[in-house]
Amino acid sequence: MSELSLRAENLHLWRGERHVLRGVALEVTGGEVLQVTGTNGAGKTTLLRALCGLMHPEEGRVVWGGRDVRDDLATFHGALIYLGHEPPLKADLTACENLKYWVGLRRRITVTRIASALESVGIPGLAERLVRTLSAGQKRRVALAGLVLLAVPLWLLDEPTTNLDSEGQRLVGRLIEEHTGGGGLTVAAVHHELAVSPQRLRRLELARA
Amino acid sequence: MSVTAITVAGHEDAPSAFTVARLALARDLTLAYRKREQLIQPLAFFAIVTTLFPLAITPELSGLRPIAAGVLWVAALLSALLALEFLFRDDSHDGTLEQYALSGRSLTWLLFAKTAAHWALTGVPLALVAPLAAAALGAPISAAPGIVVSIAIGTVALSLIGAIGAALTLGVKRSGALLSLLTLPLSVPIVIFGARATELALKGESYAAPVELLAAIAVLGLTLAPLAAAAAVRISLE
Repeated sequence: MSELSLRAENLHLWRGERHVLRGVALEVTGGEVLQVTGTNGAGKTTLLRALCGLMHPEEGRVVWGGRDVRDDLATFHGALIYLGHEPPLKADLTACENLKYWVGLRRRITVTRIASALESVGIPGLAERLVRTLSAGQKRRVALAGLVLLAVPLWLLDEPTTNLDSEGQRLVGRLIEEHTGGGGLTVAAVHHELAVSPQRLRRLELARA
Repeated sequence: MSVTAITVAGHEDAPSAFTVARLALARDLTLAYRKREQLIQPLAFFAIVTTLFPLAITPELSGLRPIAAGVLWVAALLSALLALEFLFRDDSHDGTLEQYALSGRSLTWLLFAKTAAHWALTGVPLALVAPLAAAALGAPISAAPGIVVSIAIGTVALSLIGAIGAALTLGVKRSGALLSLLTLPLSVPIVIFGARATELALKGESYAAPVELLAAIAVLGLTLAPLAAAAAVRISLE
């Protein structure tokens, strides 16, 4: 997995009149975590959305494994997961159903594996609870179980520790450590320092436009 | 469980396109079952509109029978339109559409499955209830098959055209009026052929020709609408 790499070259992106990304460049390879920091409005979320292809930069390009992602967007998307501010969960489905329908689109999944993933993120007894009855932190943990189950190489995480207690924040650090330890890459936009080992960690500070 | 077995798309673990569609369909059907009020709303609207006509025009069946086809189709169109607002809205708000777009699976195919679920939840119930409403407007029981077939096929086309409108208006607040403005003009041929098929069924004549034209519109919609809706959803996600 060490040949995996994500590179952004000279990204420029405008939102209306605002020049949000001004020539952003970055590179992450397998086993590394890129921690993106910056004040509110600095463009952290925009950068993640541009990296995963939800937003299209006016200039620059994103390169995955040496190829411009626009050449084969479906393959690139198959290799990544993007978790935004809000967990992509349906309030009227149970935690188990949410994971079955979300993860099941991309890989075959069994109820046993879902139960095991929920246990690994510290919510073993919540599989059959409707998501609308879960706390914000528990919802976040269900989304983290999705990360575990999808097992794709590239994680793009926007504020992954939001709504989590200190134990939950350590859990995020541990999951990222295990992921990168297995050769995966993580780009995380954060306000607070990630609990991962310094030798894996690289930093990118975005300045507000 | 630890995060070790990293895979990429194309792995033997990836489900087939059919499984993907089945999952998207099953999710929407489960959600509809849990939120039955959204399911009942268009049906109740259809029943109320068709009931108002006898009250406003005449209770005499002989007076209602000539306008029954038109009443049924206008009520079916407005009911279908009412349900369209919900087609992508919740999925847009909770990030489901984002995950669809980033799944590495065909967004067009996923939106096709969603539109199929929408038709199963709105078009099929409308087609089944329509003969009852038609009977209240003086239609003979023998016309029921023609009414069911024409409304079932017509609502396929309405759901597909509506999917384009719903996708185009995703980023718009209070999109109902704009959705109507986009969808209603495109629905005119469906109402014309649908009402004609229903009218012929009421008279006991062959309704094959207008139903075939409805089917042709539905096939055109099946070919183009999911592509157009996927393009519109991608724009709205930016």
